[in-house]
Amino acid sequence: MYAVFRKELADHLSSKRFIILFMLIFLAAIFATYIAFHNIRGEVTATTEFVFLKLFIVSGEGWPSGLPPPFLFFISLFIPIMGIALGFDAINSERTSGNLSRLLSQPIYRDSVINGKFLAGLVVLSIIIASVIAIVAGFGLRIIGVPPGSEEVLRIIVFVLVSIIYGAFWMALAVLFSVLFDSAATSMLASIGLWTFFFFFMYIFPVIPQAIANASVPIDQNSSLEMITKHVEIGGIIGRISPCTLYGEAVAALVVPELASLNPVLLVISTFYAGRMVTSLPFSQSLLLVWPHLVSMLALAAICFAISYTRFMKEEIRAI
Amino acid sequence: MAQLVVETKNLTKKYNGFTAVDGLNLCIEEGEIFGFLGPNGAGKTTTILMLLGLTEPSSGTAQVCGYNPTREPLKVKRIVGYLPERFGFYEDLTARQNLRYTSELNNLPREEAEKRIDDLLATVGLSQVADQEVSKFSRGMKQRLGLADIWVKEPKLAFLDEPTSGIDPEGIDDVLNLMVSMAKKGITVIFCSHQLHQVQKICTRVGILAEGHLVAEGTIDRLGRQAIAGGRYRVQVQVTQLDPGLIDSLKQIKGVIEVQSSDNLLFISCDKDLRGQIAKTIVGSDSILVEMKIEEYGLEEIYKKYFREA
Repeated sequence: MYAVFRKELADHLSSKRFIILFMLIFLAAIFATYIAFHNIRGEVTATTEFVFLKLFIVSGEGWPSGLPPPFLFFISLFIPIMGIALGFDAINSERTSGNLSRLLSQPIYRDSVINGKFLAGLVVLSIIIASVIAIVAGFGLRIIGVPPGSEEVLRIIVFVLVSIIYGAFWMALAVLFSVLFDSAATSMLASIGLWTFFFFFMYIFPVIPQAIANASVPIDQNSSLEMITKHVEIGGIIGRISPCTLYGEAVAALVVPELASLNPVLLVISTFYAGRMVTSLPFSQSLLLVWPHLVSMLALAAICFAISYTRFMKEEIRAI
Repeated sequence: MAQLVVETKNLTKKYNGFTAVDGLNLCIEEGEIFGFLGPNGAGKTTTILMLLGLTEPSSGTAQVCGYNPTREPLKVKRIVGYLPERFGFYEDLTARQNLRYTSELNNLPREEAEKRIDDLLATVGLSQVADQEVSKFSRGMKQRLGLADIWVKEPKLAFLDEPTSGIDPEGIDDVLNLMVSMAKKGITVIFCSHQLHQVQKICTRVGILAEGHLVAEGTIDRLGRQAIAGGRYRVQVQVTQLDPGLIDSLKQIKGVIEVQSSDNLLFISCDKDLRGQIAKTIVGSDSILVEMKIEEYGLEEIYKKYFREA
């Protein structure tokens, strides 16, 4: 497996695809740092706690209020693209180029091919994500001049880990499509289609969770608080089907220590009591908050990989 | 007797009711170039895939160099090279890098592999372009690189599936010569093709596969005699001044079965090669012997004959 892994890693790192992805995410990082540079002073008023984390969540004027802050928005936009780009032609390009049958007649176990490819993609993904967050943190250190506290460092490390898991899910999905579909274009389109659905319709503009909530628990101005909570709860649950929502919530809880709950109901209630004392959660409590999200994302990635693994292992090589 | 490198017993493969290979009994000896013939869809590739352990047989057994490919595919793949019909290389890697990858997959020690790769690139005539990307290679160059690719692991047995398809005549000659030199280095070569004259040129033995059955197997001249002359030798004689008594006296020779004549040509069927005695008889008569030859059988005729029967 080591030979496959090494070759795939070398291929990735020297490919144009890698450069494009890196440029894309680098631009996002520069943009986010730029916004932070201009707006961070306005944000840091009430407390000087966790100033460093503010880097990732400041949004300037004119940034649409419904969206997550710029850096989180861009990173949750680009990580899936990266994962898909690294995985969508993993197996089917080997097949169409005629390398697969040559490869499988070598004395290696068949799963080394898919494992090596997946692992190489994962390493590339980790390199990109870690370096981008490091770039923003580095710029941030120069801009604000406040070094991160130990808790902030811990939160950022977990942020990187969660992002890698999120990317791994999209890559596993793309690899799955590359096993299922013979044409690289089809598997790319299928992955992008699913991503559009999960990202835009379930997370950024949650039209589908809202439609389902409206249909099951319709509310109007006269509805009781109970009805409203139920309505919001259903919307939240449906939204969490999407890994994008899971990631967005998990990352928010990590970089916004003041976020005391991810329960949409509690969030709604807390807006009723806006202006209450803001206290931040300790790291362990934030971690506890995102734990289910983390496990769900890991499970989704594992399921996708397991399906592609078994499909690939059972697939019969046939004479054409 | 030479050792058997491939031995199959009633090897059968069914795909959803369709039988691709049906009760195949095949023996291939060490060191020969075996021509594996048959029209498209006859089951040649399926047989190879089963011998490599890439596909499981529905029933029957196969032995490759003493290993069962279904149970020990890795051991088989270590000593067997396979060049698929529609193989490809990594286009953005150079010829050398592609071969290096194969050597890494085979766990060859680095230094030895480098030396082998250099030697092989020279053997297949690609030294000049060793560090060019494969995407710039012609089809013929890729085929030669393909041969180097299976050669790099120094296999005991090489399966070549249509290695000459789609290349120019000069390229074909190169590939055929390389296959012969492979055999000289002790590699048993199995050459799948329907390019009959190429098979005839280099193969010591052929097997003809039709609809999953092995319809004929053996050396080309033996197959020819069986197929066309019902196991007999046919001698063709050209004479001038045909002596009317000649045909009768030829029929007197022991072993001659039939004599046909048309103008100055005589066709003599006999049990064995009786050219000496036939010549003597003609010289002893009033006829003048111009030419005498024993009929050779083209693989094409043999092939067609078997397919008319199958």
